[in-house]
Amino acid sequence: MASNSEIRFLTPLSIDTGKKKKYCRFKKSGIKFIDYKDADFLTKFLNEQGKILPRRITGTSLKFQRKVSQAVKRARHIAVLPYVTDLMK
Amino acid sequence: MLRNYETVFILNPVLSDEQTKEAVSKFTAHLKEKGAEIVAEESWGLKKLAYPIQKKKSGFYFLVEFKGDANLTAGLEVILRRDERVMRFLTVALDKHALAYAGSRREKLNAKSKETK
Repeated sequence: MASNSEIRFLTPLSIDTGKKKKYCRFKKSGIKFIDYKDADFLTKFLNEQGKILPRRITGTSLKFQRKVSQAVKRARHIAVLPYVTDLMK
Repeated sequence: MLRNYETVFILNPVLSDEQTKEAVSKFTAHLKEKGAEIVAEESWGLKKLAYPIQKKKSGFYFLVEFKGDANLTAGLEVILRRDERVMRFLTVALDKHALAYAGSRREKLNAKSKETK
């Protein structure tokens, strides 16, 4: 018994080392149109300052990223979303 | 070519109820006169703006969905631009997905308003 302090398990621990695959939420749930009037939904694609989050973070496909950005820009124009802000959420 | 459009405009909040109604009817009357078919009208009421426009922090939102010729929107936008009561407007052409969404949204709103009644 060289090391008594060492913890040993009978069954190996299942530690998830694989990365979670990102997915496009529009493709997954079949949303075809992104409403520029729905501010609560669009805030999911914005950061704290009200900037549009990149695709690499949200996982949105290119087709829908374009639509998201179009919708956000429309929402900003009609003052549903701010152009610049601090601590949006 | 017949297309579907949607216009959102923001009216000045200092107007009285009557004045807002009058302004809204002016725009819808213009559309009807030019041969557009008004599909839906929706008043969002007084809403807080995300940022101040003309030093106002709130505005009276109104949404009109209509069907009409492609050269119709230019005339409407001229009128909106000339009217001092309008602080901001946005006209959007609706594609087939947007049209389906607008329909389902309207149904949802109708169901909700019936419940409250």
